[in-house]
Amino acid sequence: MHEPVVAVEGLTKVFKSLKAVDNVSFSIFPGEILGLLGPNGAGKTTIIHMLLGLTTPTSGDIQIFGLDLKKHRADIVQDVNFSSSYVSMPNSLTVKESLKVFARLYKTKNREKRIHELLEAFEIADIKDKLVRNLSSGQQTRLNLAKALINDPKVLFLDEPTASLDPDIADKTRTLLKSIKKERNISILYTSHNMKEMEEMSDRIIFLHKGHIIAEGKPKEVIRSFSRTNLEEVFLKVAREEGS
Amino acid sequence: MRHIYLYRRSLPRLMEVVYWPLLDLLVWGFITVYLAQYRENLPGFITFFIGALILWDILFRSHQGISVSFLEDVWAKNLLNLFTSPLSYAEYIFSLMLVSIVKLVTVATIMAVLAWILYSFNIFLIGISLIPFVLNLVVMGWAIGIITTALILRFGQEAEVLAWALGFLFMPVSAVFYPVSVLPLFLKTLARFVPASHVFEGMRGVISSGVFPLEQLLWSSGLNAVYILGAFLFFRWNFIVVKRKGLLVRIGE
Repeated sequence: MHEPVVAVEGLTKVFKSLKAVDNVSFSIFPGEILGLLGPNGAGKTTIIHMLLGLTTPTSGDIQIFGLDLKKHRADIVQDVNFSSSYVSMPNSLTVKESLKVFARLYKTKNREKRIHELLEAFEIADIKDKLVRNLSSGQQTRLNLAKALINDPKVLFLDEPTASLDPDIADKTRTLLKSIKKERNISILYTSHNMKEMEEMSDRIIFLHKGHIIAEGKPKEVIRSFSRTNLEEVFLKVAREEGS
Repeated sequence: MRHIYLYRRSLPRLMEVVYWPLLDLLVWGFITVYLAQYRENLPGFITFFIGALILWDILFRSHQGISVSFLEDVWAKNLLNLFTSPLSYAEYIFSLMLVSIVKLVTVATIMAVLAWILYSFNIFLIGISLIPFVLNLVVMGWAIGIITTALILRFGQEAEVLAWALGFLFMPVSAVFYPVSVLPLFLKTLARFVPASHVFEGMRGVISSGVFPLEQLLWSSGLNAVYILGAFLFFRWNFIVVKRKGLLVRIGE
């Protein structure tokens, strides 16, 4: 068994009196897509933010590439990237300029070639001179994903990456992510509210509820453990039990 | 690089860099022309006033260069992209300082040229002292800008107004258009600890007596050294608090 690229041990985050993440431990292995799912407020985004160093954990350890995130963040982030629906590129830059800025930030080698590859891969080459503010939400999402791959990362954190994409582009994006993952052995932590997508994309899933893990394993194993036929039914069971 | 792209194509942004200073120069410049009728009673008044206006604007622009540039990243929802990249917060602040230099050099040049054309005012009358004066005002502006940015990080949208307002808080005690001697005692004491007051007092001293204001420059530089370091430490502390409270991800909401 390979060493994990991401190892999380006893991760907890308390905001005032709210325990947003409660003693969560998991690992992500090389070339694996780990799906993180759960109802709103389950702690998925908080976990991603802690893994990115944007939020400081209350307790617990995070190791990425065998390095302690607290002490070696500067080294780690060179090979990590992230995309989310709640971040954007500067509105007054063009698509290409946005990628150029981030290529410089990540000190990407062969910047122009890399940018060209990503523009083609995400089908945004024809809009490379368009301002970000004039892009549709789907185009912005594709630009965000292109930015997330600008440094050829070893680990990718994707927080609802296909929200706002139409089914055609969403499907192409998933196919692209799977092929990139296979070619480059990237590890991906993936969140989505599209359960069908999670079943399709994830090698393993972690089901969070009120900040702690209630199920973990391959999608089919988790579905079986809840005696349901698909992940959506599992999600609804968990979410409705919370509400009742 | 990001700011070069931004300003290259945004006419409103380019206009904003020169609009306010230009207005200030026109309004206050013509006031001085009017008051010049009384110049026997107010020696060197025009020189004081226009020179002070240009120098004050340098401080203001260096402050805004940091705080408004930061806000542009907040409004664009680009902050998390930046802070998840290899860019450190120190590098980020330094890049904003660089942007502020470009803005204030542009503004100062335009103002100095216009002051010469409209009022026959030569900013270089102040002499070699101009360089350390300007540097001290820039550093003070940076210190205010860094503190403003730290406060916006910490308190979010509520604190955004500080990007424009905080610099003006120092104006009454910076002795920009009047000497420290006209201030009441408690404000005189406060002014002693404001680097800009030493710059403007020094400027008045140079214009009226031609003497190099060494003491004023030493005071100003010493205070600025303490304040800029303090500003960085304050930013660093706030950055840590903001990450601990999970507020970094909420900025701009």
